[in-house]
Amino acid sequence: MYALESKAARIAADFPILQSTTSRGKRLIYLDSAATSQKPQIVIDELVRYYSEYNANIHRGVYEIAARATDAFEEARAKVAAFIGAQTEELIWTRNTTEAINLVAYSWGMTNLKPGDAIVTTQIEHHSNLVPWQLLAAKTGATLRFIPVDARGVHVLDDLDELVRGAKLVAFSHVSNTLGTIAPIERIVAAARKAGATILVDGAQAAPHLAVDVKALDVDFYAISGHKMLAPTGIGALYGKRELLEAMPPFLAGGDMIRKVEYERTTYNDLPWKFEAGTSNVADAIGFGVAVDYLSEVGMGWVRDHEKAMLAYALEKLAPFEARGLAIYGPKDPELVSGVLSFNFADIHAHDLASILDTEGVCIRAGHHCTMPLMEKMGWPATARASFYLYTTHGDIDALATGLERAAEVFRL
Amino acid sequence: MDDFYRDYILDHYRNPRNFGTLEKPDATAEDLNPLCGDQIRMDVAVAEDGTVSDVKFSGKGCAISQASASMLTESVKGMKLEDVARLSKETVLENVGIGISPTRMKCAMLGLRVLKSAAVGEIAGWPDED
Repeated sequence: MYALESKAARIAADFPILQSTTSRGKRLIYLDSAATSQKPQIVIDELVRYYSEYNANIHRGVYEIAARATDAFEEARAKVAAFIGAQTEELIWTRNTTEAINLVAYSWGMTNLKPGDAIVTTQIEHHSNLVPWQLLAAKTGATLRFIPVDARGVHVLDDLDELVRGAKLVAFSHVSNTLGTIAPIERIVAAARKAGATILVDGAQAAPHLAVDVKALDVDFYAISGHKMLAPTGIGALYGKRELLEAMPPFLAGGDMIRKVEYERTTYNDLPWKFEAGTSNVADAIGFGVAVDYLSEVGMGWVRDHEKAMLAYALEKLAPFEARGLAIYGPKDPELVSGVLSFNFADIHAHDLASILDTEGVCIRAGHHCTMPLMEKMGWPATARASFYLYTTHGDIDALATGLERAAEVFRL
Repeated sequence: MDDFYRDYILDHYRNPRNFGTLEKPDATAEDLNPLCGDQIRMDVAVAEDGTVSDVKFSGKGCAISQASASMLTESVKGMKLEDVARLSKETVLENVGIGISPTRMKCAMLGLRVLKSAAVGEIAGWPDED
């Protein structure tokens, strides 16, 4: 326990924002990493270095800094690809997970789905892995089916084979942003493969917190967000199996994704650039490369162990509040859950709870977490959500408990 | 922000006034706060002289949204409908007192937006953007 704690404290010290205080003089206690992660100094430093020393447009320039920027950009791609077990040319830069999913919906979906085809997803999806499929279904005449989750947010697989029978696409999230549930990915992939379906996984909440190997998982597409894994905002990536990507028409059209352009016709560039039109988010892609360097050094095994320990500590620390009306949702089992805790406290609405915690410097999220259908199904108007990451300490969780005590006072519980 | 949650706010939150629906409202509207999913519906009964004879609100949401809606329903009984349509964010702020942060302003204004929508017969703008 001590060894974990001192490494966590050293890690937290690498994140400048975690040393700050709020306008009320409270230490910033950041428990909203599922929304976005904080950034280590080395990532921030690289952005500054990029813009101070070698900012230039890439792939075209002949001069020194253009070559340096290009190399750094492509090296970052190789790093991020390797981090998730992909080949470099199978890693397409996008703005975020949402854009990566939309790329597949447009580029793969529009070409491959016809009326009557089935798309299978789950009841626990974030809007970004649901709405694109609703739109795609409406445009192509495909239908949508849902793998259910139970009252704890755990996938119910009793009818899985039946559900995926004849499906063209199975699209599901690896880790739930609302309940932290880790999907039974191997089982779902096996069933989808047997059914001959193409498989897309929303990895936004998984890749930051667990070791991911897309080849071992045998998925066709895997979408991630850099900003949730210590990288700057505005950068994400899509892994796609080479054969699929080769066969797909481009997503956005314009400069850089071409080989040769004539007035009447154009041939497209090789992978991955076929799917990267216009000037890329060069600086932030480079930042993403540095972020995965940092995570690799910390070790994803340690990250997972640390979050399990934080979750276990949080469950222990918050248990006394359950008798006073604290309802913790999800499986409440660190083995089944990534570092996310959704809860409600007596009749205090999540927003009021978040506002009161804010006065104590504690940052949590409140609302529907972009999972409105799940909230509706569970009968929750809103939930409060605390989420942990490699820089979360026992002190942060103690502050959460103190904040709940304060809320109990304010609301005269 | 915690000094916002005074006794009368918690009272209106836990014992909302005029909570419910009207069987045959003369005017009705409902809306949600896009930030967080607070929901409010307002049902208004209008007397022959054009004044509000009854008003009921229903919905679910944070203490700010529910308490300010509750207080609003108390303020508008007997008011002419055209005056209801012209109510400003100041009315709400006077009711709830000080302490609403900018991020929570839409929670406080949702009831007024819905009430004004009912009064004019179409969805009104957000009162703090007037």
